[in-house]
Amino acid sequence: MIKTAKLSVSTAPFLKDTDTTPKIMFTVVYTLIPVLLVSFYYFGLSAILVTLTSIFSCMFTEWLFNKSEDRLQSLKDGSGLITGLLLALTLPPGFPLWMVFLGGVVAIGMGKAMWGGLGQNVFNPALVGRAFLQAAFPTAITTWSPPDGGYFSLRGTNAALPFLQGTNVDATSGATPLAKMKFDHVSTDWLDLLLGNTGGSLGETCGLLLILAGAYLLIKKIINWRIPISIILTVSVLSGIFYLFDPSIYPSPIFMILSGGMLLGTIYMATDLVTSPLTPKGIWIFGIGIGILIVLIRNWGGLPEGVMYAILLMNAGTPLINRFAKIRTYGHKK
Amino acid sequence: MSTSAKYSGKTYTFNHGVHPEEFKELSSHCEIQRMPFVEEYILPLGQHIGAPSDCLVSKGQKVRRGEKIADPIGFVSVALHSPVDGTISEVGIFPTPNGQVLPGIKIKIDPYSTQRMDEAPIDLEDLDRKGFISTVQNAGIVGLGGAAFPAHVKFAIPEDKTCKYIMLNGCECEPFLTADHRTMLEYPEEIIDGIQILNRYLKADKAYIGIEANKPDAIEALKKIATTSTFPIEVIALQVKYPQGAEKMMITAILGEEVPTGKLPLDLGVLVGNVGTIKAISDYFRKGIPLMERIVTITGTAIKNPANVLVPIGTPMKDVIELCGGITDDAARILLGGPMMGAVQKSLDVPVVKGTSGLLALTSNEVRDLDEYSCIRCGKCVDACPIFLNPSMMGLLAKKGLWDEMLEYNIMDCFECASCSFVCPSGIPLVQSFRVAKGFLREKAVREKASA
Repeated sequence: MIKTAKLSVSTAPFLKDTDTTPKIMFTVVYTLIPVLLVSFYYFGLSAILVTLTSIFSCMFTEWLFNKSEDRLQSLKDGSGLITGLLLALTLPPGFPLWMVFLGGVVAIGMGKAMWGGLGQNVFNPALVGRAFLQAAFPTAITTWSPPDGGYFSLRGTNAALPFLQGTNVDATSGATPLAKMKFDHVSTDWLDLLLGNTGGSLGETCGLLLILAGAYLLIKKIINWRIPISIILTVSVLSGIFYLFDPSIYPSPIFMILSGGMLLGTIYMATDLVTSPLTPKGIWIFGIGIGILIVLIRNWGGLPEGVMYAILLMNAGTPLINRFAKIRTYGHKK
Repeated sequence: MSTSAKYSGKTYTFNHGVHPEEFKELSSHCEIQRMPFVEEYILPLGQHIGAPSDCLVSKGQKVRRGEKIADPIGFVSVALHSPVDGTISEVGIFPTPNGQVLPGIKIKIDPYSTQRMDEAPIDLEDLDRKGFISTVQNAGIVGLGGAAFPAHVKFAIPEDKTCKYIMLNGCECEPFLTADHRTMLEYPEEIIDGIQILNRYLKADKAYIGIEANKPDAIEALKKIATTSTFPIEVIALQVKYPQGAEKMMITAILGEEVPTGKLPLDLGVLVGNVGTIKAISDYFRKGIPLMERIVTITGTAIKNPANVLVPIGTPMKDVIELCGGITDDAARILLGGPMMGAVQKSLDVPVVKGTSGLLALTSNEVRDLDEYSCIRCGKCVDACPIFLNPSMMGLLAKKGLWDEMLEYNIMDCFECASCSFVCPSGIPLVQSFRVAKGFLREKAVREKASA
C-alpha cells in the first residue's frame, strides 16, 4: 500500500523560480558594499557612523511601525536595510548624527510605513528622508567635508548634540563639483569624478564603482535596463545640446553624468521596483521624464543638484503612467 | 541539472514566457511499456469537454476489450470503450481526477483477459467527410494534450471557414512530461499516417509539426518519415520555453501571426492537434483500436522508477504508481498533468482518464511553500506573461476583489499557464486568484444573461 500521509493539496503551478523578494533585496545590498567601503576609505570614521546610524534608524522605524505579530517578518525582506544604506549614501560625511537618525525615521515612517509598507509607497523612501533633511537642515546638508583628513577623526558636525547645529570641526569646507559648476562655472576633471576624489555625499563620489555595480544588477536582471539607459541617454542628449550651444556656462554631458547623485540616483533610486512603472512603455516615459527634469533643475533651478527632485517628481507620476501606458494584450488590435 | 540534448538548427518562438527546469531526463530515455492488467477499472462517463456519454451497459453484463460501453450524447461528446474483457460490476458515481464525483462504470476484469483484439480497419474509400467525423466521434478520440476536447468537433470545419494548415503539437513544454516525446520517437509512421488520413477530408495546403528543440531525436525521426509523404509536412523546431505548447503560442511561433482575441485558430486557417491525438486516429482507422488506452508519463523526483507507460483508460492511479516502484517517503504532492497546469490529487483511487498526460509525484524540494511578501512591482510577471497581460496589476485588483476592474485588463484572455506565479519573487498566488476571478466573472455573466 502506498503511504499518503505526507501528501498535501494545493493548486498549480507546483514549480517556482528561484528568485525571491528577500534574495533580490539582499543582492542590492551586496552590490552596495564596495561603494560603502570606498566612502569609508575617503571619509573614515564619519562615513561609518553616518551609515550605521542611518541603518539603525531605518530598521528601528520599520520594526516600530509594523504590527506586533509580523515585526520581524518585515525586517527579513531587507527593504528597510536598503533604505538605510541608500539614505546614508546621499548624506554628507560630516552630517550631524541626530539628523541622520531623524532622516531615517522620516524615510521609513513617512516614505513607506504610512503608505502601508513594502510595495505600497509612491515615493522612494530614501529620497523622502533626504528631501526632508534638505528642507529642514539646508545648511548642514550642504556642508561638504573634502575627502581628506585622518580615518579616525570626526568630520563636520557629526557629533552635534540633538537639536543643535554643532560647530564645524573642519578647517575648510569644500564645495561639491556641482556647486563649483553652478556658481563659478568651473568644471572638475572627469577622472577625479570617476574615481571619487572629490567632495560630495558618501555614495556620490566614486562613479566607477557605481557603474560596475549597476552593470552587475543589469546582468542579474534585478533592475530594468530601460531605466538607467533612458535617463542617461536623455541627460546626454539634452545637456549635449546646451553644451554645444555655450560650453562656458553649460556643463558637458560627461560631467553631468559623473557628477553629483546622478549615478547613485539612476542606478539605485530611479530603478526602485516599487516606485517605477511596470510596463516597458511606462518605463521609457518615466526615464525620459527624469532625464529632462535633471537637466532643467541643474541648469536653471536654484539648486546645484536635481536628481533627487527629478526622481521624486516622476515617482509621483508613476501611478498615472501605470494607468495609461498599458501593454497591448496578445490578439488585441495593435 | 538539465541534461537534455539540444537541437542545433534554427528554432522559432513567441515573445515572453519562462523557462522552468525541465526534469525531462528522468523519463525521456524510457521506452514506452505496457501497463499489465489490474483487477478493476473505473471509467467516468464525462472524461471529455462537453456532454457526458450515455451508458449502454448494466450491472452484470459481460464486455469485450474495445467494446463500446457508452454512446455520445449530442455532437460535443464522444463514445467510451472498455479497455479489457470483463464484467460490469457497478454503474454508479466515482471520484474523478478533477476532484468531482461523477457517474461512471466500474469493470471487473475476467481472469483470462488478454490484449488480443480483432483488428478491424476502416475502409477509407467508402467514407465521406460526414462519415469520417462520426467515425472519429465513435472511436472516442479526444485531444490528448490535456484538455480532452472531442477531436471530431475540431475536424468538423464550418462551411464559412477553410483549413489551410494542419498543425501538430509536439512541444510538450510542461516540465517532466515525456509521453509525447516517446510517442513521436517510437511511432513516427503512425503520426505521419494520421496526418494523411486527416488530410483526405480537410484538404489543407500544408502540415506543420512543432517540436521543442530539447527533443532532437524526435525531430529527426519525424523529419525522416515526413519526406516519404506526398503531402507537404514540415517539422519545425521550437525554442525550449514555457508555454510553447499552448495553441496560440505555437501558432505565433510558426506563422508569426496572433490569434485574435475571442477567435479560434481556425479563423487563421489553422487546425491544431496533439501528436498523440493524430496517432489515435491512425490506430483506429488502420487497426480498429478505439481510444481505450493512452501513453502516460509517470515521473517526478518522488517516483522510484520513472517510466512512460501505455495505460488502459480507467486504471486506478495507485496501481500505476505501484508499477513504477511506488513513491518515496518525502513525496509532497501527487498530480495529474504537468507541474505548471496539472491538478493535484488527494486520493490515489481515481483512475487515469483520457486527458491524463502525466502522473507526477513531487518532493518538497520542488514544491516550495514560500512566505508570501507584498508585491514589489518588479514586473517579472509582466515580462513572463505570453499574452502580454499585466498580472501584477490584476493581482492587486484580485486581492481587493475588484473583479469588474480586472475585465479592463483583459483578464478573460488569460489561459492560466501560470508563468506569472512561477516567476513571482514574492510568492503571490497570481494565476490562482485569476482562476477565482474568471470563475466569478463567468458566473456573473450567466446570471446577467438569465435576468436580462
